[in-house]
Amino acid sequence: MTLSARQEQFTVADPLHEIMELQMGPSHPASHGTIKFNLKLDGETIVDCDVEIGYLHRGFEKMCEQGTWTQVFPYTDRLNYASPLINNVGFALTAEKLAGIQAPERAEWIRMLCSEISRITDHLTCLGMAGVEVGAFTVGLYTNEAREYLYDIVETITGARLTVSYCRLGGVTNDLPARFGEVLADRFRKIRAVLADCDKLLTRNRIFVDRMSGVGLLSQDDAISYGLTGPLLRATGVNYDVRKQCPYLYYDQVDFEVPLGTRGDNYDRFLVRFYEIEQSMRIAEQCLAKLKELSGPVMIADSRFALPPKRDVYNSIEGLMNHFKIVMEGIKVPPGEAYLAVEGANGELGFYLVSDGSGRPYRVRVRGPCFFGMASLGQVLKGHMIADIITTFGMINMIGGECDR
Amino acid sequence: MGLSAVGTLLDTLRARFGGTLLDAHERLGDEAVVVARDHALELFGFLRDDPEMAFDFLIDLTAVDYLGKTPRFEVVAHLFSLPKRHRLRVKVPVDENDCWAHSLSPLWKNANWLEREAFDMYGIRFAGHPDLRRILMYPEFEGHPLRKDYPHNRRQPLIPERDPIENPWPPRRLGGAR
Repeated sequence: MTLSARQEQFTVADPLHEIMELQMGPSHPASHGTIKFNLKLDGETIVDCDVEIGYLHRGFEKMCEQGTWTQVFPYTDRLNYASPLINNVGFALTAEKLAGIQAPERAEWIRMLCSEISRITDHLTCLGMAGVEVGAFTVGLYTNEAREYLYDIVETITGARLTVSYCRLGGVTNDLPARFGEVLADRFRKIRAVLADCDKLLTRNRIFVDRMSGVGLLSQDDAISYGLTGPLLRATGVNYDVRKQCPYLYYDQVDFEVPLGTRGDNYDRFLVRFYEIEQSMRIAEQCLAKLKELSGPVMIADSRFALPPKRDVYNSIEGLMNHFKIVMEGIKVPPGEAYLAVEGANGELGFYLVSDGSGRPYRVRVRGPCFFGMASLGQVLKGHMIADIITTFGMINMIGGECDR
Repeated sequence: MGLSAVGTLLDTLRARFGGTLLDAHERLGDEAVVVARDHALELFGFLRDDPEMAFDFLIDLTAVDYLGKTPRFEVVAHLFSLPKRHRLRVKVPVDENDCWAHSLSPLWKNANWLEREAFDMYGIRFAGHPDLRRILMYPEFEGHPLRKDYPHNRRQPLIPERDPIENPWPPRRLGGAR
């Protein structure tokens, strides 16, 4: 029976079908993420679904207005904590656009490399959990192992696995460690092996395909009207990737493909993410090759924006004052407003910043892609079964920190 | 995008909407127009449906509180056109004492949640919204946290436990603005 026919069936008054109201969540063991579904059920079929978010609201936007521009970076780590480096890069690029500065070329390539590593960790999280949700626990452990390979790498670059705070206005905190390229190439080799295993375990697995294919369908028009971006939108076949359509950093100089789906169901969302991992590794390898021949600073040498070297702070009055002004008063970003979008792991991650010229941001607005996916979930789930909530919710890949801010 | 393309988008809007646009400018590579509330719906409809504009995405909708200025609030929408690959920021000033704007939910489906958030955070009501209630905060929350006169460390009163049967969350359909 088609979806619309099934929906129509339940709009007819039928005394045998009593509509039951059920509140699923906010702490349901099968949903990773604190979220509540207010369901109206006919048997096991969902007649109406009201999605309730906000359980992880920590006042991100309010708190960003209290500190200096630099102090926003640790907060951005905690937006999408499955891919914190992309958040860092997004905020840094937008603030730099507002300040009218550009990071050195080497720093920009490092940012690209880090973004792609983060994208892979995010997709691995999502794919592994997709397996776990339908009973393929092994896949979850395999992808977690692969993710650990990359978290190790992230730790050698930034000093932390998740709370990276790696970017600054005008660059990144430190250069890549020695022999980084060899280690990363080795890790990518291992990840490709894990992915090949996952491919064999899932992609043509009868149980998995039955649970994912044809579930969570969304048309192209609806996806656009809901403002979906990233894998959710590309699964419907709409070719929109910020890296291709509105390139930032040096994405126009690297060679990669954008996987597209055809139907817009959960299976397509899975495949799009799966193939994007390989493309991200391709980009990262090109970044590595470029970084080998590119030397130079990773931070601009402008005392209005960058902290001076410690040697100057301790030995010259100018260095000391520059350091003091940046730490105590914050970077003076000129008054104005700017919007800039980067391709987050789940779609367009946009920052809208307003500055009043003081050392603190006047307004920090994050356009997190998860929020839009969740907005569409109520419509997507109508007519499906309760068990489909888990797979569809998993494929939206809601990250509470980003959705609820 | 080249400068000429920037010119045409804003020029078209200036030519068509003339006096109703309070401002149209291009700064830092972002094109923006400011439109009076009474003409906002007409402008948004044109931006979405005109083949030269073709803004099919409502990328974001939020508000900014310019406390001390008149009008106090600005509702800020970011639009993106996939076929034309251009972006536009549309700002609608909203006065503190007449704190409402037109809902975009007839035009874009995601306006529903975005406007609920703007209402939650700033207390701006949206006329014509089908289901305007808080989204990130709980219904008993007092005040609107992103307003500049809301202190970041303010405590909220304790609320009685809600009986989910007698008084279910969500109290749907509180009604739109006005």
